[in-house]
Amino acid sequence: MPKSDTQTRRGLERHGLTDDQLKAIFRNMLLQRQLDNRGFQLNRQGKVPFALGSEGHEALQAGAAMAFERGKDILAPYYRDLGLAIGIGLSAYEIMLSIFARADDHNGGRQFPNHYSSKKAGLMSFSSILAAHIPHAVGAAYAMKLRNERGRAVLVTCGDGTTSEGEWHESMNFAAIHKLPIVMLVENNQWAISTPLDQQMGQPNIYKRAEGYGMPGEQFDGFDPIATYEVVKRAMDRARTGGGPSLIEGVCYRFLAHSTDDNDMTYRTKDEVSEHRKMDPVPKFERVLLDAGVVTAEDIEAMRKDVLRETNEATDKAESMPYPEASDLYKHLYEGAWQPWL
Amino acid sequence: MAVAETQKSQVLNNVEAVRETLYEAMKTDERTVILGEDVGNRGNVFLITKDFVKEFGPQRVIDTPIAEASIIGIAVGMAMEGLRPIAEIQFADFIYPAFNQIVGEAAKTRYRSNGEYTCPLVIRTPYGGGVRGALSHSVSIEALFYHVPGLKIVAPAFPADVKGLLNAAIDDPDPVLFLEHKKTYRLIKGEVPDGHYTIPIGKADVKKAGNQLTVVSYGLYVHWALEAANALEAEGMSVEVIDLRSIRPMDKQAILESVRKTRKLLIIHEDNKFGGIGAEISAMVAEEALFDLDAPIRRHAAPDVPAMGYALPLEEEYMSSPNEMAEVMREMVKF
Repeated sequence: MPKSDTQTRRGLERHGLTDDQLKAIFRNMLLQRQLDNRGFQLNRQGKVPFALGSEGHEALQAGAAMAFERGKDILAPYYRDLGLAIGIGLSAYEIMLSIFARADDHNGGRQFPNHYSSKKAGLMSFSSILAAHIPHAVGAAYAMKLRNERGRAVLVTCGDGTTSEGEWHESMNFAAIHKLPIVMLVENNQWAISTPLDQQMGQPNIYKRAEGYGMPGEQFDGFDPIATYEVVKRAMDRARTGGGPSLIEGVCYRFLAHSTDDNDMTYRTKDEVSEHRKMDPVPKFERVLLDAGVVTAEDIEAMRKDVLRETNEATDKAESMPYPEASDLYKHLYEGAWQPWL
Repeated sequence: MAVAETQKSQVLNNVEAVRETLYEAMKTDERTVILGEDVGNRGNVFLITKDFVKEFGPQRVIDTPIAEASIIGIAVGMAMEGLRPIAEIQFADFIYPAFNQIVGEAAKTRYRSNGEYTCPLVIRTPYGGGVRGALSHSVSIEALFYHVPGLKIVAPAFPADVKGLLNAAIDDPDPVLFLEHKKTYRLIKGEVPDGHYTIPIGKADVKKAGNQLTVVSYGLYVHWALEAANALEAEGMSVEVIDLRSIRPMDKQAILESVRKTRKLLIIHEDNKFGGIGAEISAMVAEEALFDLDAPIRRHAAPDVPAMGYALPLEEEYMSSPNEMAEVMREMVKF
């Protein structure tokens, strides 16, 4: 027997999220999946040399992005953060410019896809070298604190693999010493390319390291966008109001291979992947929203169509744009024109 | 450098020149922060930032944990978000853990973001030997970094150059590695003009004019090369000594002009010979001025061993000396 709207609404623990915000989270998740798939399709079509997906991270990233305050906060993401990038304001078109390496891409087609950068959006430029961006985020948080900018915080993310790096540790330690306005969000998808968690660390609960640094730590279900939002929001609010840093860990799973250049069946089993697929956060959250009466089946259908339309338009438009000029290779090395000394 | 007669100046050593310049930067720009190991409470191991923390506070003079990679990494993040960090690596030998942050991050920030983000960062570090610094407190690191586009590298030898180039580095919108030769710190004194002035990064300086041989050097060895050149002058030989001051970008024109005049080139540096700065200069001169030369190019530099040993004979064997330099110069002049 279907529950009434009111009953279900009371049953859904929404942590202050409005219907519109819940819909926006779900739309973000749909768009992530569509854009991910598009990247892989374009790679198979031979149109782009490389693509990388974040399937399995949709709920975590869409929920976390909802706790980000545009125009105030800074995001220091890593290369598997499509949902955070679009969640803080990057358009599907900007994502496609990155995938196609076009001249109008924020990086001018210099970096791999997924290495987003947008000063306007508060998204810090980063490289492919894992954990190198974490001290950058800490430095940005230090600048905020030095300038007494209450109400702002830095959200820095990484995968489980990055938590093995020395700079990860150094950054946590420094952030704790200075009680910086920063939230370290670990997206634990349980695989560092081919290396499983138990070969990466003796203590698989990454958030427990927080105690060692002297900051709050918390773990949450990264397949649940509302739970994610709640934990990230609380940590960001703490950071914004002078309460210092937090280490929070969302547990999810990497459904796809590491990238289009990886075959995950060489190191993990189909069974393992399909076991986790049963918990796929996208259909799961769709069901939650339907059950709660936040959306109807028709709404969902319309959203899917709209996301596909947006992806198609972004793909066509980005593909039609020019590559950077060969002479662009020489730009932006230093301020001013390139003057080789030899 | 020429000091106008009306302009006031004072005699400072290199430590004092660095200190005065840093002090002015801290005083005039509140975005400036200094971070590194023991820069606050202790005031730096050479006392360069002594008492800064009392005046500017621990928020702007930051004693960091012992973690070089993140000293630079955090400074990069500060620079990307509007501060003007001056990071210190306590001894150049300790810079290796920060290699990626310098080469992979700071040097590429502007480039990889297509100019959207920049990294106005100064990394100061004392380098060089002759102070019984052993394997890990005496190395020269410039050759490890001069290969890297996106970086600038400065290694002045005279107090007035230290101040002018450190000011230029602090004002520079891109990352600058600022190398301070620690044997020159208190040994070398000179007139330093008062007030703010800059010396352009990438400009060499002819410290002694001559017409029979061009000697190119930087750091401590400029002083020793000058000593040697002066000794040769008494013997009737004329040697030109060029102080590079900047290693990247390098003043190619100054080198070529001098070589076309003297027709002989000797490069002297304390860093290892193989793959050192001298290798690049010789290749450049061979490419551009081979037929202007009257003698083979020579490099007088350190042997191919990791660094100088702690024991005095090991240090002396690694280091050159004014006498050794004079001997090589004589051979070349007579060639």
